[in-house]
Amino acid sequence: MTTFQPVLLEAVGVAGSHTLASYRSRGGYAPLERMLKEKQPTDVIELVKASGLRGRGGAGFPTGLKWTFLPKDHPGPIYLCINADESEPGTFNNRILMEDDPHQVIEGIILSAYATRATTAYLYLRYEYPQSWDRLQGAIDEAYAAGLLGKNIQGSGFSLDLYLHRGAAAYICGEETGLIESLEGKRAWPRIKPPFPAIEGLFRKPTVVNNIETMACVAQIARRGVDWFRSIGVPSDPNNPRDPGSYGPKLYCLSGHVERPGCYEAPLGITARQLIDGQGGGVWKGRKAKAVIPGGISMGLLTEAELDTPLDFAGPGKVGCLGLGTAAVVVIDETVSIVDFLHNSCRFFAHESCGQCTPCREGTAWSLRMLERIRAGKGRLKDLELLAEIGNTMGMMPGSTICGLADGAAWPIKNAIKKFRGEFEDYIKRTNPSGWMVTDPVPALPIVAAH
Amino acid sequence: MPTVIVDGKDIEIGAHERLNCIEVARRAGVEIPHYCWHPGLSVVASCRMCLIETGTRDAATGKITMMPKLVPGCQTPAKDGTVIVTNTALVKDSRARVEEALLIDHPIDCSICDKAGECLLQDYHFEHGQAERRTDLHPFHSRRRDVGPTVTLFVDRCIMCTRCVRFTREVSGTSELMVINRGSKEEISVFPGFPLDNKLSGNVVDLCPVGALGDKDFLYQQRVWFLKRESNVCGGCSAGCSIVTEHNQDTVYRLKPRENPHVNKWWMCDDGRYGWHHLHDPARLLSAGRLVSSNDDRETVEWSDVTTRLRQELSGAGRLAVAVSPMLTLEEAWMLCATARSIDQQAALFVGHVPVSGSDESFPGGFTIRAEKCPNRRGVEAVVALFESEERGWSDLVAAVSAGEFDAAWITAGYPHAWIDDTTAAPFGQLRCLVVQDLFDSPLAKLATWRLPAAGFAERAGTWVNAAHRAQVFAAAVRAPAGVWPEGRLYWNMLGRRGLYDPAAVRRQIAESSAALAALGGEIPAVGVDLRIDQLASS
Repeated sequence: MTTFQPVLLEAVGVAGSHTLASYRSRGGYAPLERMLKEKQPTDVIELVKASGLRGRGGAGFPTGLKWTFLPKDHPGPIYLCINADESEPGTFNNRILMEDDPHQVIEGIILSAYATRATTAYLYLRYEYPQSWDRLQGAIDEAYAAGLLGKNIQGSGFSLDLYLHRGAAAYICGEETGLIESLEGKRAWPRIKPPFPAIEGLFRKPTVVNNIETMACVAQIARRGVDWFRSIGVPSDPNNPRDPGSYGPKLYCLSGHVERPGCYEAPLGITARQLIDGQGGGVWKGRKAKAVIPGGISMGLLTEAELDTPLDFAGPGKVGCLGLGTAAVVVIDETVSIVDFLHNSCRFFAHESCGQCTPCREGTAWSLRMLERIRAGKGRLKDLELLAEIGNTMGMMPGSTICGLADGAAWPIKNAIKKFRGEFEDYIKRTNPSGWMVTDPVPALPIVAAH
Repeated sequence: MPTVIVDGKDIEIGAHERLNCIEVARRAGVEIPHYCWHPGLSVVASCRMCLIETGTRDAATGKITMMPKLVPGCQTPAKDGTVIVTNTALVKDSRARVEEALLIDHPIDCSICDKAGECLLQDYHFEHGQAERRTDLHPFHSRRRDVGPTVTLFVDRCIMCTRCVRFTREVSGTSELMVINRGSKEEISVFPGFPLDNKLSGNVVDLCPVGALGDKDFLYQQRVWFLKRESNVCGGCSAGCSIVTEHNQDTVYRLKPRENPHVNKWWMCDDGRYGWHHLHDPARLLSAGRLVSSNDDRETVEWSDVTTRLRQELSGAGRLAVAVSPMLTLEEAWMLCATARSIDQQAALFVGHVPVSGSDESFPGGFTIRAEKCPNRRGVEAVVALFESEERGWSDLVAAVSAGEFDAAWITAGYPHAWIDDTTAAPFGQLRCLVVQDLFDSPLAKLATWRLPAAGFAERAGTWVNAAHRAQVFAAAVRAPAGVWPEGRLYWNMLGRRGLYDPAAVRRQIAESSAALAALGGEIPAVGVDLRIDQLASS
């Protein structure tokens, strides 16, 4: 692992890395110019398909396959939306890419637009990223001036307009159809599927939504080739024909109670322990980890014993987590109360639930109320059963909601109650010695923490 | 024919029908509970009450493959081989969970809620909910917010189905309603300064599955379980919306639209919805009056005497003109013409005054409010055409009376609004005998020798033919006030017929005598018949 050289983050720390000149000096845009001259759009799709690139935004859907869902011979327009509404707690890899190497992202966008025959691309940027906005807009202006965006790019006959759109700071806008609704100027309520965006998306036209890091990977695949990409990561499981494997480098966002938090590039499949002890310099203050979030808060929790789980697309799922998510690894040390952790998680999701589907709207608020009461010393063991039930019945996977936000809200609850039930029981019995065994409804407490 | 399997039962659907699982299940007699879905609005699938298990049956092998997770019935199209299962433990549990979630923040104030008794939240809770409350107990809270001149919102009763929001966006096209805030703090609201004020706004109250949106006109007037419901037709304009008149003890409390895909779909306008108050107006004419002296003194005449005295006086008066009001039903109009001709074989029959206000108003959802503010012009024209070779209208009648062509006139009106001024009425003063049949006193009624009360729309029985030539049959919803004989009863008696006024018998007689109205001879469905279609032609 020590021999691994960062590729996506190659330019981080280089003075002026966000400029066109710097990117050109590193060989940037040459692959794009070559592709535009020599390859057909379908060749680019085949290239990305062959690389095994899976979407870096969280769901890990194979990117090349997603592109092939677009209708053939569509008269257009086809839209490409770039999801930079990076709102998953603990995640900041898109920000690093946009701030330090925006041209790498833009090259990937141009290539992806060429492959999907999109002539308009929208980059949906999180509200809280003013620096990214400045750098991206600067880079877009440079690219237009250099003939890399606009009409007839580099004489290839291919045209692309790229627009920056700044969101208004809602988590749900990171959901692809929520993002589309928001771009259309509506309330970001995720759409029901089918139709999927590839058939009917933005402005009711075929649309592809991809993540910033996915775009950077596309640029690198074009530059370094499929073989390079497939030499990194974890091959598909021969016993599971539906596993597309986890190839390529990945940006891990390491934060929480570690000595050296930061965004690290590593091959997919690095274990949580390797990441924390290696790049992260170990848990801070010489303490032990109690739990680790494998990929953003909605993915659930790894216990200390599960830290050898490989952080690839399949790994966290094997120990009861939702998946790799955004690969935002958050370390929680042994001094933290898991009750507080879950309270914080529930507060986040109750605040961010878009409120469209009943189970999510009411379930997230209900779980927050119970956690509020437990923390106020009025918890009951019955609350743990109710929380576990909410965790198991709310979400897209049981079929009770339209989008995956509810799954993300359910997983921390489900994991925390299952993996740390003893701690919850101790806490409730200790703080509510006279009432922990009550099963009848109890008066609600006023909510102070929410909003 | 495509076959859908609902709870083990095969249901055939039309080859080109596009139905969702809720609609197909209904045909199989299975009710899939739902809040947010409405056939007239877009599908959002957000309430999650209609979650069911689905699968497909292989046409060749008959093998059934089920989907691993629940799907919303509203969003899932039913195709050949679709398997719908609504009675598994998983489905029942999911419904109970949704009911429980919806009641977490609900004030549960059914005892003071107007919707109690026709509330889906209530009904579904009894059917699909659980008896036990597991969530924390809240102190009672119920906020009320005005969203428009006719509609009020009980904020905490709302279950966020967004039917009302979609209605204002998709059907009325006015977009006043919206969702504010997020998550469990969501509420329906309007933008400050832009209240819910359009001609279709009352429909959002009908759409609301719970007691959140209240109609100020009906609020706290009557418990819904005391109301009796009679299928009726709105008399407000020539659109002829199918409605239900809800009444108790001969008092109307509200009108609601009745689903009719050929006329009004699921909607009605506010003009019609609140257009029943004149029925209970104390200013209504409530007795038959005969002028006894020149200074407007009238004696009240018993109805049994009216039938004979009216005939006597009119037959002695000379040339008779009759205005057949487009407020009358087809049957009443026909009997009026027949009565007039039995008095004077030369009686001239005119189509009565047709009130028009503004121009037709259309809405994006395909709903039109007609400018012609009477329900039966087409029907009355068809009836008059059976007796007269040339169609003449109200202005022709006024001109003819001014020219002194007639000695007597029988003017039927029955308009809920003032319709005639002194100038227009003046020439009628020179007639030897003037009979006016109207709801209210008017400049014309003041001149009348005979001033007879008319019936209101919900008090009539018979057939109206709307602007699109659709004939709809209805019975009287309420009895006319004491002292008032509806026109049908008067004409029936003046024709010397026995027993009670029987519109069906008159209708059969009309159908036999007219090819244009032959369609009225058969059984007429609740949605009415289109008179332009030759019902006897082989299809």
